[in-house]
Amino acid sequence: MVIERRPDPSGMWVLGVSVGAVLAALVAASGIFLAYGVSPGHAYAEILRGTFGSRLLASEIVSRAIPLLLCGVGLTLAFRAQFFNIGAEGQLLAGAMAATGVALFVPVPSAWLIPCMFAAGFAAGALWGFLPTLLRVRLEVNEIITTLMMNYIAIYTVQWLIHGPWRGETAWGFAYTDTFVEAARLPMIAGTRIHVPTLVLGLLLAAGLSFLLARTRLGFETRVIGQGVHAARYAGIDPGRTMILVMLLSAGAAGLAGVGEVAGIHRRLMDPVQVSLGYGYAAIIVAWLARGNPLATVLTALFLGFIFTAGDVLQVALRMPARVTDVFNGLILFFLIGSERLLYYRVRLAPMPVGTATAPAPDAGPDAGGGPGSEH
Amino acid sequence: MAPGPLPAQPLLAVRGITKTFPGVVANDGVALEVRAGEVHALLGENGAGKTTLMNILYGIYQPEAGEILVRGSPVRIRSPRDAIARGIGMVPQHFLLVRRHTVAENIALVLPQEGFLFPARRIEEQISNLGRRYGLAVDPHARIWELSASEQQRVEILKTLIRGAEILILDEPTSVLTPQEAQSLFVVLRRMKQEGHAIIFITHKLDEVAAVADRVTVLRRGRVVSTVQTNEADKGTLARMMVGRDVEFDLRRTPRAPGVPVLRVEALSARTDRGTPALRGVSFIVHEGEILGIAGVAGNGQRELVESLTGLRSVTGGLVRIQDRDITNRSAREILEAGVAHIPEDRLRLGVVPAMSVAENLVLRRYRYAPFSRGPMLHLPAVGKFARETVAEYDIATPGPDAPTRQLSGGNIQRLILGRELSGAPRLIIAAHPTSGLDVSATEQIHTLLLRRRDDGAAILLVSEDLDEILTLSDRVAVLFRGEIVGIVPAEEATAERIGLLMMGQRL
Repeated sequence: MVIERRPDPSGMWVLGVSVGAVLAALVAASGIFLAYGVSPGHAYAEILRGTFGSRLLASEIVSRAIPLLLCGVGLTLAFRAQFFNIGAEGQLLAGAMAATGVALFVPVPSAWLIPCMFAAGFAAGALWGFLPTLLRVRLEVNEIITTLMMNYIAIYTVQWLIHGPWRGETAWGFAYTDTFVEAARLPMIAGTRIHVPTLVLGLLLAAGLSFLLARTRLGFETRVIGQGVHAARYAGIDPGRTMILVMLLSAGAAGLAGVGEVAGIHRRLMDPVQVSLGYGYAAIIVAWLARGNPLATVLTALFLGFIFTAGDVLQVALRMPARVTDVFNGLILFFLIGSERLLYYRVRLAPMPVGTATAPAPDAGPDAGGGPGSEH
Repeated sequence: MAPGPLPAQPLLAVRGITKTFPGVVANDGVALEVRAGEVHALLGENGAGKTTLMNILYGIYQPEAGEILVRGSPVRIRSPRDAIARGIGMVPQHFLLVRRHTVAENIALVLPQEGFLFPARRIEEQISNLGRRYGLAVDPHARIWELSASEQQRVEILKTLIRGAEILILDEPTSVLTPQEAQSLFVVLRRMKQEGHAIIFITHKLDEVAAVADRVTVLRRGRVVSTVQTNEADKGTLARMMVGRDVEFDLRRTPRAPGVPVLRVEALSARTDRGTPALRGVSFIVHEGEILGIAGVAGNGQRELVESLTGLRSVTGGLVRIQDRDITNRSAREILEAGVAHIPEDRLRLGVVPAMSVAENLVLRRYRYAPFSRGPMLHLPAVGKFARETVAEYDIATPGPDAPTRQLSGGNIQRLILGRELSGAPRLIIAAHPTSGLDVSATEQIHTLLLRRRDDGAAILLVSEDLDEILTLSDRVAVLFRGEIVGIVPAEEATAERIGLLMMGQRL
């Protein structure tokens, strides 16, 4: 048996491996059900019945997919530029804070309130992403660490706000702000929690960033940088400038997701764990599954939205803890990353070399060289 | 060097060796016999299968078919350790030495039977003895980084000899040597031959075959074309066997009076990535319609020079001017806009983006200018049109302009880079190792293209480690040694011997 490099994985193969990885994760998750004394078959049947059986829960899939889409589509762009933004969660919360600030404390005419909240949310998310980007570009500080740490700063800032200066007068001691006025609430599809403006923004961004990557100079520069900074510098591209532009867009999109959560779902700023159910982290899976294609995040965000909704069903129907969603997400990401090698390598049964009459029992030959493509 | 009476049984024989990689048959039924006391050249172009065959002999690859016989008995070589146990040693093209350790320590490293404590001390005498016997003088206490490439190569040879290698494989051993150093290597090889060793000498240079080999086996596209006595084959015959057609040896470089200066470099200094001085006050001028060749052994500042002139490395001192415009420490983009084409050394990392399409790579340095962009948008019809025209004009073999560039062969990637860099009539062309690793026909084509640009009035700076290439193309030859220009010689006076002396640091 030899392991060799696959020439170029086809689109179907990429799709097949991704679906296979997700299925493998679901199979592995069966262990959790067994540990709870529930048969996996029953659990999965319950999930399907629960999520697709009622209009409300089916609409929840879409409602959960909205922040996942906004964060995920931004992350695909950042990942394409080789910028590993792990900070969508913090950027989302920054957007939520800014939108709340505008809704509660800035005197804006009613008609302009929602656009102003989106603008402020985008700007705040972008600022939250800009600081780590600046550190990376100027001082080569690892962005994985800084974007992650910025999440904690956002979480504790929100907590301070809701416990301190922004605590609502009508909250009777609970830690959240006052409820937004009607003009600061997003319109919903009746009978659901689908906030329409944010959904439309997400779809527009997915289409827009696809166009940006394929058809604009900034997109071209992003793709070159994603393949290596050396070639980019040779091409006369300033990698730092491009990275900053890309991250402003990426983090700004996550900021919009935060606006949607506070202005659409909660109508007030509350505990970070309630504002975002870890959408910023789950969006990493959305982007990874989409393989850097912003349009594909529409589908992968819906899939993750389904996982979140399934978590609710398990909680209600089978009395499992809410955190089971995190276990699902963790397993899916684990299997996806693990399946990566299958995309680029294949296992082949090779004929044994002849003329080895005197050789001892053959075992697997060394694959040390890795083939002719290994010299770069 | 008439071969004396040779023993009947070959020391090493391979028969019917076949090895395939996805999409390539690297070796197809290869047979080879090497006798004790001979230097056997393995001649072929890049990609002919020479290195694959040697990697099979050294146990790095396993063949799919065929057998290997050492002293007449079949063996299976599953790892370099097996190879060494059978008396096969390899001197790699890129040395595998620990740079901060001494010669003795590096050699002790390959002798696992040496003791745990102070292994290097016991073998110093052995090193000296072997050195005297074969003419491989090297100080056992010297640290590797202090040694020249030629001395490091001696250490690699000593590593194989001390482990008792009878069959030595040398992979393109002269590629890092000056002509004089190559001559002294040949003396060593003859000495080893007299001692009864068998030497496989991998090369693509015809002159070396005549200089040192007793017999030569020619490989082409993974197959053995023929094995002949060296004294029975002339250069033309060997070239025809290697390439499969007649080869033009003499490119016509028409005399041309150089024009006004285009590139002026004055007292340029720069550092390596590690902060050590790489260029120490380099000065030269390249004129319109002139090719200035930069010769030198690898690692004497060539890479830093090219990077400093193209905006990829900041310089620590000196001036660079293009037609009286100061471009010292300007960005790659400003230098590109000043009309400088750059054919980089590292094609796959710098020259192209392998995952992107041929069309996109053809506009890699021009996408932001009209007609390829309109405002912030790319204008794809113009990109497509330019790509189709350039693919046709420069003979780039590709499935189509939208194919990923990584699917192209090395020669076609270089044609792509030339197509991109030479279109738009650059004033100055900086070409770094433009033909390294390419086959004869791609090399010929690239030489012709560069000479045509020179005749059209472009100034060309040609940096190459291939002295033949430098001597064929250049109007003047400058030699870099330890970051300094040790001499600039006009073409008429530039002989291999003279340039070789300069490459070793002997000033004029």
